[in-house]
Amino acid sequence: MSGPRARQSILDAVRGALNVKGDDTARKHTVQKRLKSPRANLVPERAKATGNARLKLFTEMLEGQSARVSRAKSVGDIPEIVTAYLRENNLPAELRTGSDELLGHIPWDKAPTLTRHFGRGQGGDAVTMSRARAAAAETGTLFLTSGEENPTTLNFLPDTHIAVIRAKDILGSYEDAWNALRKIYGARTLPRTVNLVSGPSRTADIEQIIIMGAHGPRRLHVIIVG
Amino acid sequence: MKPESRAFKTSATQALTNEPLRKALGGIKHGFVANRAKARANLPEFEQLRDEAKAVKDHTLAHLDLYLEEFEAKVSQAGGHVHWAPNAEDARTVIEKICREANAKTVTKGKTMIGEEIAINEHLASAGITPVETDLGEYLIQIRNEPPSHIIAPAIHLTKAQVEADFRRIHKDLPKDRVLEEPGQLVAEARQVLRDRFLSADVGITGANLLIAETGTSVIVTNEGNGDLTQCLPRIHIVIASIEKTVPTLEDANTILRVLARSATGQEFSTYTTYSTGPKRAGDPDGPEEYHVVLLDNGRTEMLGSEFHDMLRCIRCGACMNHCPVYGAVGGHAYGWVYPGPMGAVLAPSLIGIDEAGHLPNASTFCGRCEAVCPMRIPLPKMMRHWREREYEKGNTPPRYKLGLKLWAFVAKRPRLYQALTGLAMPLLARLGKRSGRFRTLPLAAGWTHHRDLPAPQGKTFQQLWREREARP
Repeated sequence: MSGPRARQSILDAVRGALNVKGDDTARKHTVQKRLKSPRANLVPERAKATGNARLKLFTEMLEGQSARVSRAKSVGDIPEIVTAYLRENNLPAELRTGSDELLGHIPWDKAPTLTRHFGRGQGGDAVTMSRARAAAAETGTLFLTSGEENPTTLNFLPDTHIAVIRAKDILGSYEDAWNALRKIYGARTLPRTVNLVSGPSRTADIEQIIIMGAHGPRRLHVIIVG
Repeated sequence: MKPESRAFKTSATQALTNEPLRKALGGIKHGFVANRAKARANLPEFEQLRDEAKAVKDHTLAHLDLYLEEFEAKVSQAGGHVHWAPNAEDARTVIEKICREANAKTVTKGKTMIGEEIAINEHLASAGITPVETDLGEYLIQIRNEPPSHIIAPAIHLTKAQVEADFRRIHKDLPKDRVLEEPGQLVAEARQVLRDRFLSADVGITGANLLIAETGTSVIVTNEGNGDLTQCLPRIHIVIASIEKTVPTLEDANTILRVLARSATGQEFSTYTTYSTGPKRAGDPDGPEEYHVVLLDNGRTEMLGSEFHDMLRCIRCGACMNHCPVYGAVGGHAYGWVYPGPMGAVLAPSLIGIDEAGHLPNASTFCGRCEAVCPMRIPLPKMMRHWREREYEKGNTPPRYKLGLKLWAFVAKRPRLYQALTGLAMPLLARLGKRSGRFRTLPLAAGWTHHRDLPAPQGKTFQQLWREREARP
């Protein structure tokens, strides 16, 4: 069975089992209310940290997941942080980067030896850079959104992923982060994909031993700006 | 896969003497179990969050028809397609049709239990389309032609020596003298081999941990990033999900995600949680051109409102099997189908029938650990008991069992007789077992004594000891 008949048969079966009707206004009202004004359930205390305590929690959570976290006073510091990081890890001075308004302001002329590429990620990319629109400190989780200047493939294909986030975009809870995205994209609307990233790729599928870099990046370096 | 749950007893007996399996299962206690305990201790609100997660699903199930309609409307609005599949065959047909229309030759797959449930790999292969599993554990069992033995760690039954042998057998193009001793080397090789498969696939199929009605979004949770490469590289992304995966809002998804990883691997949060809403937008440099969601019923609406209703809250974390003494002894393959452990013992009879899966609800000591750790507070032992009752009513219980049960019931309903008989038996057993304090063999108890000794009783019954204690001043 397929098409409208299949649809009807499943909905009928659900309503039959629940002993309800599809046009029950009270039920419809309950559902619409919940969807139109989403209400937070319990938010853990730790997510309510503010200021430096919040940044500390964010950093500790990411470091606990084997990510590296650096702090830049402004985008002007980023070229130096990146070149030092690449040198330290013996990585090529080459980078594929997104081009949104924050990344667009990085003064790359400060790193003349670094070659930059743009556009979607490629299978052989060694290092990429993208920007996170929001983050939740409660588990050190970045929220990366897809869009014209933020190719999703940059987050998953490279060996090393560098994510840049403004300090003021680091929020406490997932709820705060989603509300920030609702402000950008509107109610009940999301970009094609939102990637919540909390560390580098890993697997424990062989004898439960954790190995970094299963299919996604082996290293994640988060640069907090501001 | 074709269910083999009827063979549970034989398979379980074989599993008990399978040395590599014993070694592999031995790791669960120090891995998943210890890590969950740590994660729980790190979050003071964990128990309250379990209550809230349960409430989210209870509310959703009570309004499931309406949330499904909302989800569908939002997916369509974002340019995606929703396909409704009443059973496994309907789902296979629609997936094959999408693949054929795309002239697909290879399909990469993120880990999906629904994919296992509807046996999509076998179906695609028979239609001339090559499915490639990309989750490392799923890849390992695919090249071994085995079903998963755990819902979140499908290859938990394998040792690294077995993996090395399989890689040498399958990856024939790679140098024979390469070193493959450490897990790190094995993972690197899988990454290298699968990278090209990701880049060349025509269609990507993933499951969904959640479907969000508010935004028409499917969510997957992974640690490897394979599910993400599966859905952002090919031209077409197909999500297969059963209808009970729905939740109302992003907030409700947060609540469930807060208990999911902590209960599963013991992580605070999984590495990647990916929200997908429709196909690529105008101007997007990457992402699929088509986005399809196949909504599968396959027995769920029959569970809805029945005594197995609560099972529909399950979020597939695997905590019940990690903590189950039976699963820990026999592993997942003995269960003979897709879902093992306590959740499988409840779900499998619902989906493939009690005639096929009747042994599974009996594979329990009723210790209750599964219910104690279930993040969604599903009363698993109670539901296993329901299945036992149904099995008994259907007359599937073997005559020897029935006779035994009748005898026991006869005695148990007559307290004087019961006390008289046990009062005779205990001193006798105590005398017989006095020398070593244990029995190596015992008539009618071979099932126990074959694998371990039975401690000898001390000579008095519980009730006798109780009376003596009460009588003491």
